[in-house]
Amino acid sequence: MTDPILLQARGVTKSFGGVNVLKGIDLDVLQGQVVSLIGASGSGKTTFLRCVNLLEEHDGGEILLDGEPIGYRDQGGRRVRLSEARVSAQRARIGMVFQQFNLFPHLTASGNVTLGLTKVLGKSKAEAQEIAEHWLDRVGLSAHSARHPYELSGGQQQRVAIARAVAMQPRLLLFDEVTSALDPELVAEVLTVMRSLAESGMTMLLVSHEMLFVREVSDHVLFLEQGRVAVEGPPSQVFDQPENERLRSFLGRFHGLFGASSA
Amino acid sequence: MSGLGATLLSSALSIVMATVLGVLLGVALTYGWIGLRLAARLYVDVLRGIPLLVLILFTYYGLALFGVNVSAFWAGVIALGGFATAHVAENFRGAVSSIPSGQMEAAKSIGLPFVNRLRYVVLPQAFRRMLPPWVNTALEIVKGTTLLSIIGVVELLLASQQAMARNYMIIDFYLFTGLVYVAINFTLSRIGARLERRFTFARS
Amino acid sequence: MIDYHFDWTVITRNAGFLADALLLGLGLAVASLAIGCLIGLLAAYARLSRWRLLSGAVWIYVELIRCIPLLLLIFFLYFGLPELGVRFLDKFETFVAALSIYAGAYMCEVFRAGLESIPRQYVEASKAIGLRPWQRQRYVVLPVMFRITLPSISNNLISLFKDTSLAAAIAVPELTFAARQINANTFRVMEAWLTASALYLLTAYAIAIALRQVERRYAAIR
Repeated sequence: MTDPILLQARGVTKSFGGVNVLKGIDLDVLQGQVVSLIGASGSGKTTFLRCVNLLEEHDGGEILLDGEPIGYRDQGGRRVRLSEARVSAQRARIGMVFQQFNLFPHLTASGNVTLGLTKVLGKSKAEAQEIAEHWLDRVGLSAHSARHPYELSGGQQQRVAIARAVAMQPRLLLFDEVTSALDPELVAEVLTVMRSLAESGMTMLLVSHEMLFVREVSDHVLFLEQGRVAVEGPPSQVFDQPENERLRSFLGRFHGLFGASSA
Repeated sequence: MSGLGATLLSSALSIVMATVLGVLLGVALTYGWIGLRLAARLYVDVLRGIPLLVLILFTYYGLALFGVNVSAFWAGVIALGGFATAHVAENFRGAVSSIPSGQMEAAKSIGLPFVNRLRYVVLPQAFRRMLPPWVNTALEIVKGTTLLSIIGVVELLLASQQAMARNYMIIDFYLFTGLVYVAINFTLSRIGARLERRFTFARS
Repeated sequence: MIDYHFDWTVITRNAGFLADALLLGLGLAVASLAIGCLIGLLAAYARLSRWRLLSGAVWIYVELIRCIPLLLLIFFLYFGLPELGVRFLDKFETFVAALSIYAGAYMCEVFRAGLESIPRQYVEASKAIGLRPWQRQRYVVLPVMFRITLPSISNNLISLFKDTSLAAAIAVPELTFAARQINANTFRVMEAWLTASALYLLTAYAIAIALRQVERRYAAIR
């Protein structure tokens, strides 16, 4: 594997009101890889993801996308925050899918997808429409492109949200517990879409509690604990021979799940 | 009934002024850096705490004092508009704060810069939520134009009082004037209700 | 003429006059709120009554008042009623009557919303312990509704206090009238109106803070 490093995090720290949520995260995502963050709630997974997309600003360390620092630039050893325009441009190269979908309620499914295409990427209406139709078709919703979010089920809304993110042709897609807010019977349809994206070579960084899915699609898994990377490695190593005590007890909670599937 | 024209014109001018400036002030109130936000908050709270009549009289006498020569009509429009601006700004802030934060985040994540996030994501949702209080503010303005009679603007109320003085049909004129206000304001609230129904896109 | 020279002695000389005016305004507001609440409460029950004619009449009252300017109502009562043979009201009573009718419509909406928001279980529970209909209202529904609507009642008191400025139009010597007098007699424009504005603002805030204390005391019920 000689794929270039797409996303590189070095010693990323972040605190909220004196509480250190991230205590120095190091992570590499190679092009085409699927990397997953697992860990208990409060371990910093989601905060890290939000820092990558600049929804939070990290306090220390650096996050590089294609070698370019995210959110800040270095000026004679000082961290200088990038302009709003630069930040927006960087965000446009990173897609994000949220736990609560966050679809725009006043726009149709295809309106949700075309907004960024026309206003950020400057595509023509017709071209944006074509791209939107393509991606809505890919997530199996071509029949629903004229519907508003409230007319769609949770799973359908989340698939629109994925289409919205991936249509921007981002370098990297972030998934923040995207199935946690869904009814159990709707989880599979979303995971299917994510799996097909992974197979098509999309670079993805995900936070998830769907351990079976994580194990299946990931190239690399990081177990976060109290703001640090406690264990990392290929899924076989992380899931099958967990040497770390905490990781074992964390995975133990999903044991029933594993037992059922591996039996 | 030339008074009706003055009532409608001063109402319309004040409402337009308050809507434009109120939304701008509301943006400052919601997203401005701290100094701007405090200044906006001060304006909003002070203007909402002083009776409209005092604002009108203060503007009328005050502007003349500082050599700004405007007619009573324009002094009234400035006072009414300034007053309603404060209300619209506060309504805007309330509407925006009721939009889930995920909306702004999703708009950020597809790379929309601030102005476009406002224009394409926040404002369309805020306007719908602002509509009912905006209609109330508009009604208050129409009713508030009667106070311009006190600084001598011949609007509907003063015009009908002058007519009463000429022909002594006091009760008839009051009832008629009342009916005209009811007609204007009832129309306004119906339009508001219709717009609200038109812009309903979600039951959430 | 930007170089305006302030002369605050006109205010200090008229301090007593202004204080009386402020208190008069407060008195007018409180009286109107009290009567308005009474009207509003009766109207709210009427609005919710099964008798369509009654609830329809109240709906018309509320919608009309929402659309009619207060100043017009004041003038109608002050100049119009005597034409119809009603001559026993002086200007103070006329103003309180107008403001009460006005407040009644707004309070009706407040109370109606309050009554409708009371959970059905409370009524059922009070039935279960055998309270009669009026006892259910007196001991369960009204106390709960009062707590729910307290913030709206506070807001209404503040706006009624601001509305007392309109009494100046029929020469009731409240704060706006006083400021106008000072303005007219001394030409101290800024002093007169800054003082009046500040007094209205401070009083409105004092009312808000005081009523927030009351709200906190009764906030036990959620």
